[in-house]
Amino acid sequence: MIHLTPPFTEEKIRALKVGDEVEISGVLYTGRDAVHKYLYEGGALPQEVNLRDGILYHCGPVVMRDEQGGWKVTAAGPTTSIREEPYQWRIIRDFGLRGVIGKGGMEGKTLKACQEHGCVYFHAVGGAAQVLAECVRKVRNVHLLEKFGAPEAIWEFETERFPVVVTMDSHGVSMHDTIYQSSQKALASRL
Amino acid sequence: MRALADSLLELIRRTSAEIPDDVRRAILRSLEDEKKGTIAASALKIIERNIQLAKQKSQPICQDTGSILFYVDAPVGFDQIAFSEVARSAVTLATKKGFLRQNSVDSLTGKNDGTNVGPGAPAFHFHQRRSPDIQVRLVLKGGGCENVGAQYSLPCESLQANRDLDGCRRAILDAVLQAQGKGCGPGILGVCIGGDRATGYELSKTQFLRMLDDRNPHPDLDRLEQDVLKTANELGIGPMGFGGKTTLLGVKICAANRLPASFFVSVSYMCWAYRRQGCDLDAEGAISQWLY
Repeated sequence: MIHLTPPFTEEKIRALKVGDEVEISGVLYTGRDAVHKYLYEGGALPQEVNLRDGILYHCGPVVMRDEQGGWKVTAAGPTTSIREEPYQWRIIRDFGLRGVIGKGGMEGKTLKACQEHGCVYFHAVGGAAQVLAECVRKVRNVHLLEKFGAPEAIWEFETERFPVVVTMDSHGVSMHDTIYQSSQKALASRL
Repeated sequence: MRALADSLLELIRRTSAEIPDDVRRAILRSLEDEKKGTIAASALKIIERNIQLAKQKSQPICQDTGSILFYVDAPVGFDQIAFSEVARSAVTLATKKGFLRQNSVDSLTGKNDGTNVGPGAPAFHFHQRRSPDIQVRLVLKGGGCENVGAQYSLPCESLQANRDLDGCRRAILDAVLQAQGKGCGPGILGVCIGGDRATGYELSKTQFLRMLDDRNPHPDLDRLEQDVLKTANELGIGPMGFGGKTTLLGVKICAANRLPASFFVSVSYMCWAYRRQGCDLDAEGAISQWLY
């Protein structure tokens, strides 16, 4: 198990390989469909959000107000990443992301951007909303809440030991490609 | 039916927060089967811990609380309109309480009014029957697994799938291959052979109401279910597509008549977060027994 802590430098990210199990401590920003389309089309990032050397989490959490008027995350698993495939490469390039967390994996354009700009794709366990919500120690802030609604807003999570697996690294290797090919071969011999 | 609103709220809470026992047993079995120290084993351990935590905290197992599908068996004369109204209110209240995410979006405007109620949402399937009992079953099916469902029209040349059981097998296994880990496996397949496009998918989802460890009474379908399950678990896709032995937890197949011109195989994929529950209701609408 590798423990990844800030700053998320290019050096630390380049050292990661497909198949590495990683626990991330530090700030994660959520962003899903609306945020990706918005940024890709040239929308401005709120001033307080800095994605450079940051990690973006494909997640639409369930967040409730707590008794003190703050926020409490009650469910926060990953959403399917492939929907962001048309947009992700440019967001990695222009905003300097070092990591993307999601589920289901992504394809060629994202893999290439990871290789060119020093970024990795981390796979979280889909559906594990409670285990992952427990790793969110604090909600620091929320942005674009009015504009996009709660699941689609940018939430700033402070996390501790958030468990993920590297399935696409910065060296052009994708576990998703490898397993697709081997399973296709295994199926062909069983038809 | 004075107790109906409370009963439906409790049904929604329990469905969202608690995995049925048959599913949990299957997940524990697959955790034993996976090699220790593998990523597959780590993923299944997280899944197992997640199941415990959700139940303990009475919070959603998965934040995508899914399409809300009610299946109601009721006697002749049962007031379906009144039931639907109470159920819609229960869904909205369950959303306020955080048992359901604000999860229903107007497809034209993109607006989410936070109620989970709108055209087609929630979905109701009523079945009239002679027995006086009322049974309500609920399935919450997330979008990740819904997106990997697939419908095949046979013959399909690229799969060499003809209009026979072997062709059906090829189509179903292709759906498993294409889904990889994207539907949050290990998954459960509900399949309908035949029907039209709409009823095929609808019937494929009713297969999720079956117990995971039951057997199909039809010998050909039973054989196909066991075969697809075994073959899928030899493909090395594994939990979340991380590789490993557990790609599927179950396969459930039904058949419906078709037109001579059509031969559809409709495959619905259910994620490991297999949220289905049900209850018997008494005349007041109170829960008299849980079904799973």
